[in-house]
Amino acid sequence: MSLKQTARIISTYAGDTSGVASALFELGGMTVMHDASGCNSTYNTHDEPRWYDTDSLVFISALTETEAILGDDGKLIGDCARAAEELHPRFVAVAGTPIPMMTGVDFDAVAVEIEARTGIPSFGFATDGMHSYVRGAGMAFDALARRMVREPVGKKSGFSLDVNLIGLTPLDFSVYGAPDSMKNALGKRGIGVRSSWAMGSRLDELEDAANASVSLAVSGSGLAAARTLYDRFGIPYVAATPCGERWNDRIADAVRQAAKTGVSKILPSLPTVRETRRLVLGEGLTAASLASALTFETGSAWSALSAVEPDDDLFAAGILSAIDEDDIAPYLADCEIVIADPLYKPIVPENVRFVPLPHEGFSGRLFRHDIPNLTEDLTPFRKDFAL
Amino acid sequence: MSGGLRRFGEKPVREVPVGSANPDALFDTGLEYSAPARGTWNIVHTGMLIPEAHEIFVCAQGCLRGVVLTAAEMGAEKRFSTVAIRENNVTDGDLEELLIEGVTDILEKLDPTPPAVLVYTSCIHHFMGADLDHMYRVLRERFPDVAFTDCYMNPIMRKSGLTPDQLMRRQLYSLLEKRPAHPKKVLVAGNDFACDADGDLSSLLWASGFELCELQKTRTFEEYLTLAEASFCVTNQPAAIPAGQMLHDRFGMTHLHLPLSFDYGEIRANYERLCRALGIPVPDFRERIEACEAALSHAKHTIGDAPVEIDYTAFSRPLSLARMLLDHGFRVERVYLDGVSGEERGDFDVLAEQYPDLLLSPTVHPVMRVAGREREEKTLAVGQKAAYFAGTPYFVNLVENGGFTGFDAVTGIASLMEEAWLKEKDTRSLIGIKGMGCGACL
Repeated sequence: MSLKQTARIISTYAGDTSGVASALFELGGMTVMHDASGCNSTYNTHDEPRWYDTDSLVFISALTETEAILGDDGKLIGDCARAAEELHPRFVAVAGTPIPMMTGVDFDAVAVEIEARTGIPSFGFATDGMHSYVRGAGMAFDALARRMVREPVGKKSGFSLDVNLIGLTPLDFSVYGAPDSMKNALGKRGIGVRSSWAMGSRLDELEDAANASVSLAVSGSGLAAARTLYDRFGIPYVAATPCGERWNDRIADAVRQAAKTGVSKILPSLPTVRETRRLVLGEGLTAASLASALTFETGSAWSALSAVEPDDDLFAAGILSAIDEDDIAPYLADCEIVIADPLYKPIVPENVRFVPLPHEGFSGRLFRHDIPNLTEDLTPFRKDFAL
Repeated sequence: MSGGLRRFGEKPVREVPVGSANPDALFDTGLEYSAPARGTWNIVHTGMLIPEAHEIFVCAQGCLRGVVLTAAEMGAEKRFSTVAIRENNVTDGDLEELLIEGVTDILEKLDPTPPAVLVYTSCIHHFMGADLDHMYRVLRERFPDVAFTDCYMNPIMRKSGLTPDQLMRRQLYSLLEKRPAHPKKVLVAGNDFACDADGDLSSLLWASGFELCELQKTRTFEEYLTLAEASFCVTNQPAAIPAGQMLHDRFGMTHLHLPLSFDYGEIRANYERLCRALGIPVPDFRERIEACEAALSHAKHTIGDAPVEIDYTAFSRPLSLARMLLDHGFRVERVYLDGVSGEERGDFDVLAEQYPDLLLSPTVHPVMRVAGREREEKTLAVGQKAAYFAGTPYFVNLVENGGFTGFDAVTGIASLMEEAWLKEKDTRSLIGIKGMGCGACL
């Protein structure tokens, strides 16, 4: 019965509200979760490894029952404006949670009011805590692409071909240095990085993103913004996560092809698990990319299952989708080997070989120190687990 | 007056001298920041105190995230399950069916079936007017051998009636059933930590032939049920008072709220009330007070005139602690707290009169995100938030009163301050661990 929506023992992916905050964390803005309490500690404990070292402005509105019932959005607007005037963020973002969704808060209108009061660019995100971080981060990146990216001015980057990396958050890439590794991987193949959304770049660099040749969506959260940059500026995109030498060669070829033809491409193309019996489980695009990379490197076909709501375009890549424990379990039963976060292990049948690959978006900080950097080289990971 | 903005180094900070502070509104309110100090317990940790109980949270994904990982980090994922509320459940209004079928599904999969289940509903149930009585009635009919209780993760109600923290501490005892009262059993209720076995309260009860009963000491659900045999119930912190009142109302226990304090007179008055209720003579506390004075003197000798900063997460009476330390010559510079509790008003008034320059600083105000976290001198902190804000590795790592109850709190904190002063700690690692004392897997 689909109504159950239960998890007897497995974890839960970070929510959309956290996704917004994570995407915007390094850009000098102020993100406000319109929430009573709880979102802030959940976010900064489990979803945000940069919290202790970076004084990024992420707050909750401390919504009360009375304010919710009376629809007192004026308090939210006033509190945001007052804090912004004191702390001088580059922009203000207000993201929703379950109760504002139920009371119908108009976040776009809230943003307009804050901007009118402060003169600071402001965004409203109708998140509600009922979707995954992929959607929230995607909304945030997309909003930046729509509003903050300026018309191209032909500014050179030192490479004849350069990309915007879009979809980088610690929820998918932790803090092991993925942005630098991606720059290395692409640089070795003659491709520069114009902007990195949004780890390792300042807001100014994102504002210059229209000067890039191609966008590279490196996780599902980067796809909406990549499409927007295409719609606004005709910048084609490739959807793929850098992951190991041979797959990175394919990505580089796809980027060159996209730059030449102007045609976008979802790079992974996978068979179903019933054909492969080898499964990578996780966020859609990163899982599909790892499955593709392993297919190229091992000669055995792999499949990918997205356990968060995937972008519709990813179905073209052949990924599978299942969200609830009961829906995921049958896929696992069909496998001979599964790569997934360690917190999935309790629902993987004993006769199925389990390869742990911690994913911050699922298990938070629990296994952070065990997360491998697969960006440039899959060999150590393959060796460790005899893949 | 509310605290004004001033600069500490290059960064803004909100703080106000106690002499000019308004205890009813210390600081302006609005957006809130959350410092990365995670040692205090949450409703997952507290609920796990009931032995063999299984927790099921029913709420939105974003809200489930924090609690499911709390359980995972404490290695209790086998005692924890979730039911996710989605948008269609809100629009279709089928929250009751979702909860009933979800909990049923989970219980049918659990082997063995737990003897007790704590079902946590959320803000959404409250706002949708979900029929909680109906849900629990159906569940009890379906699983007659399981004891269900209602718990709450509804922070939006934190300023409307009982807070989630108060409710959780009360519901810890909701599964008890009436039993014959034992005249020599005293239940200490609503604390996260068991009382110090060598502390005043434990010693006093033991010496008088009373048994000190605590949830933390029970190992099975059957043992838990014996807590209902107590004739007396003692609470030490404000959040536990509703638990004491419920135990009085349901089981006729004599409830004594004996708030933790660092004032000898108040501690002695607490024990006099307890002794009168138990019908035992009041001990002579002179030796205990002498021990307190000796411990404080020793600590002062070690720590000298170094600055001390205190926060409210270490003890439920931070102002009482500050007052006691100032009275004994310590250089307490700052107390971090966002409001003054009723129990602290007397201490506030005394501090305002006798130590008006003592600074009060918020913990959740947005400017605390960018407040300077460096100090010019080696600084001693009491509590994790104070350690974080002061940027010091010299701190007393303690939360929620740490099991102290009386004079032992004075001797205990003196000793812990001395130890903290002499040996630096890895602040970042220690304060990041959720639910201090819950056996984190990190």
